[in-house]
Amino acid sequence: MGMTMTQKILAAHAGLDEVVAGQLINAKLDIVLGNDITTPVAVNEFNKAGFDNVFDKDRVAIVLDHFVPNKDIKAAEQSKTCREFACSHCVKHFYDVGKMGIEHALLPEQGVVTAGDCIIGADSHTCTYGALGAFSTGVGSTDMAAGMATGQAWFKVPSAIRFNLTGKLPSNCSGKDVILTVIGMIGVDGALYKSMEFTGDGVANLSMDDRLCICNMAIEAGAKNGIFPVDDVTKKYLSGRSEREPVFFEADPDAEYEKTVDIDLSKIVPTVACPHLPENTHPASELHDIKVDQVVIGSCTNGRTEDMEAAYNILKGKKIADGIRCIIIPGTMQILRECVERGWYTAFIDAGAVVSTPTCGPCLGGYMGILAAGERCIATTNRNFVGRMGHVDSEVYLASPQTAAASALTGYITEYKEA
Amino acid sequence: MQTQGKVFKYPDNVDTDVIIPARYLNTPNAQELALHCMEDIDTEFVKKVKAGDVMVAGWNFGCGSSREHAPLVIKTCGTGCVIAKSFARIFYRNAINIGLPILECEEAAEEINADDEVKVDFDTGVITDITTGKTYKAQPFPPFIQNIIKCGGLLKSLKEGKE
Repeated sequence: MGMTMTQKILAAHAGLDEVVAGQLINAKLDIVLGNDITTPVAVNEFNKAGFDNVFDKDRVAIVLDHFVPNKDIKAAEQSKTCREFACSHCVKHFYDVGKMGIEHALLPEQGVVTAGDCIIGADSHTCTYGALGAFSTGVGSTDMAAGMATGQAWFKVPSAIRFNLTGKLPSNCSGKDVILTVIGMIGVDGALYKSMEFTGDGVANLSMDDRLCICNMAIEAGAKNGIFPVDDVTKKYLSGRSEREPVFFEADPDAEYEKTVDIDLSKIVPTVACPHLPENTHPASELHDIKVDQVVIGSCTNGRTEDMEAAYNILKGKKIADGIRCIIIPGTMQILRECVERGWYTAFIDAGAVVSTPTCGPCLGGYMGILAAGERCIATTNRNFVGRMGHVDSEVYLASPQTAAASALTGYITEYKEA
Repeated sequence: MQTQGKVFKYPDNVDTDVIIPARYLNTPNAQELALHCMEDIDTEFVKKVKAGDVMVAGWNFGCGSSREHAPLVIKTCGTGCVIAKSFARIFYRNAINIGLPILECEEAAEEINADDEVKVDFDTGVITDITTGKTYKAQPFPPFIQNIIKCGGLLKSLKEGKE
């Protein structure tokens, strides 16, 4: 029987010729990842269990991104735990302030993750790297500790839903509108335990930043992973970037899928997920009466170069509406530098926005833009759960960088239309 | 292994942000974190929960973030078991890895009421609602996972496997 792309990567890493959905396997890991919130718990478990060494110092990545530069004393202690562990185990991919970025923007950019990899990360959005043609999934801290100790993890081989993409996105839409539309269609548990495999002629029309954004939110549909086939866009992205040789897998022609969902990209419209679930989606054009207090453009979902450029193209030479706080957070130091060099940073300041160094900060209600009771934010982040960005009575609306930037200029949720 | 206690009932899609809000995640200390368990949807939970009590919820319990702090605070509060129609996959994995018993049982999750007295037997998967007298049968864990739980968590099972 044919295997899906995910199943082929898992079979190769389990040393098996074939795997089937539901099978329990032990797979070799290419990268084990953690951040400043999940790593301290993993370090504690690792030490408690009495492991002396990490399985491979080149295959562990620790990125301080959630609460750094440290937001308070406790956060500083957590960063310190990570730093000391990374130092004592000579962890090659340790990213501290000055080098760090939001993990899921940083690792692909730096070539730490590549096509054909099997990756676990103690962060739910680890599914992002499926955009490169890798199997990548989020786990907890204990799995991270076990992965660091053994270089292996157990998996139940997932079945898959195929998303057949055709056509080309309208110019006011991006990968974010695609994934919000998909989550709206199938629901927040629509792909529970499954792979979301994106295929079809339309894939070629999606940039790498679009694909990274789409795979990033696979978890918001409950999926184990999201994955794109490897094509010229992937190969061009990986070229000169991957620190290890990429391996290209493709689904068998007779692979079995639980179902196929057809998505015509040309029919996608700017989409917003209303509180308090990512599946609660509506066209942005229907939400024009909703007034917002804050706009956040950034996160592991939308803090990449194309996202910053989209915001720049809308905000340049304009002013953010009175009474609106607009917070822009480039995902990595390299993206921040690009914002500076290309004049986007200045344009953001002139428009009345603030620009932060890379951080997950406001997305999870950590710091750098916490909401008060009754306040509303339109954000390019990934979750709009109760209290996600602050007070339990605040609200988060999820949208693309274009919709968020257009909304910053009006103070209301606004569908961007090119002039 | 079994637990018996009072039921705290929750809806579909209980996410890890309400189980333990990220604003408290500046510490890995389970005792400290547990003071805020369920705070954003049920401020009474921490005040009322007693050792052995049972959480009963709908579909997709534990969706969202990978934070292991979520099953950890539920366990640290004394909760003996979580019964749900389904669990989000990372939460499911984390619960097993840290030793919080969880059972998937649609019928039980639908019918058991808040404040009912419930007894759960993890070896057989039998759930007894003492208040209504009804019993339910949940799927027991596959042997592979039973072994992890028997060893007291993933890392201990790995250690035992090595020795």
